[in-house]
Amino acid sequence: MATIISLDPRVTRLQLDSETPDSLEPKPELDQLQTYEVFHQQKSGARHIHVGSLHAPSRELALLLAKEQYGRRGQTYNLWVVNTADIFTMRSDDADVFATTPEKKYRDVAAYMVRNKVEAFKKEQQTGGTGA
Amino acid sequence: MNTEAIVNLLYRVADDALIIAHRHSEWTGLGPILEEDIAFSSIAQDKLGHAQALYAIMHEHFAQPEPDQAAFMRNAAAMRCCHFVELPNGEYDFSLVRHFLFDAAEMFRYHAFTDSSFEPLAKLSRKVIGEIKYHLYHAQTWMVQLGAQGNEVSRARMQSALNEAWPYALGIFEPGPFESALIADGVFIGEEALKEQWLTFVTDVCRDANLTIPSDVEPVYGGRNGYHTEHLQPLLDEMTEVFRIDPTAEW
Repeated sequence: MATIISLDPRVTRLQLDSETPDSLEPKPELDQLQTYEVFHQQKSGARHIHVGSLHAPSRELALLLAKEQYGRRGQTYNLWVVNTADIFTMRSDDADVFATTPEKKYRDVAAYMVRNKVEAFKKEQQTGGTGA
Repeated sequence: MNTEAIVNLLYRVADDALIIAHRHSEWTGLGPILEEDIAFSSIAQDKLGHAQALYAIMHEHFAQPEPDQAAFMRNAAAMRCCHFVELPNGEYDFSLVRHFLFDAAEMFRYHAFTDSSFEPLAKLSRKVIGEIKYHLYHAQTWMVQLGAQGNEVSRARMQSALNEAWPYALGIFEPGPFESALIADGVFIGEEALKEQWLTFVTDVCRDANLTIPSDVEPVYGGRNGYHTEHLQPLLDEMTEVFRIDPTAEW
């Protein structure tokens, strides 16, 4: 049986068989690891922002691995990790419950036309309105 | 202050960092999972940074060679690293156990350095101690995960790696030739005091990890005096291969 000769001396040193044995069976997915969502906080008091996910066997390791995945570049003050299974969310086929929201202008701050009233009030103050 | 004593101490610490950095970096791209590969490689880079900073201090204060020259132009006999960092990576269990035992010693060592009378060393230690704290958290968490929270296979592998690593780990604390001068000048607490702190800590973590520390083991000494395992020179040859093609090249 031939061994793999690689340009990478580390690979050559492993003396790996160049043929994959037939007996190799893929392991079930996530049989030892879980998925965690990572939230990054840039400064003390700032909000945590979701930056991605990772695999880890425990939340302790998830936090430690998150530090290198998501905290090693740029400024970091703290991180949260949350087991993805603990996140409670809408089903994707329920997205239509949000469908009419953009049409309801009366729920939008911009829909309230108060500027005229405010300016009229200011004018009244300046000209010494009599008041009640 | 005894200059020769400080230079000897700094070469020991810097060479340990340089060689463990190279060993850790040999996992880059071959780590067990992507996340761990990235973390371990990042730790390797930090170690290289510590070595570079220590060589730079020696260059600036004690007329030693520039960091690149110090790192890449010395042969095995001139190196002052312990045997522990020279050993091949083996499987991931051994690499993790070595990472834990080594970084526990680094944590207490750099903590002691923060009070050093040699101010450049104290200043550097205050700067990098956060990195070393992370390295230790990482190693310690894996020890407990695979020792106490894994399965029988993972526990047996960690125990076997611990048995193999232990005599070499004790060799980290091989006394240098200037221990009493370093202690008297307030530069460093000395290897014996460091070993005491390390042993207490490591014993506690191994208990949490459900692992047994081997008893009646003789430390493996030699590295601090330039006597090394047969693994060091091939490592140096590989590490310095490109640099030696043109040692004056600008990178």
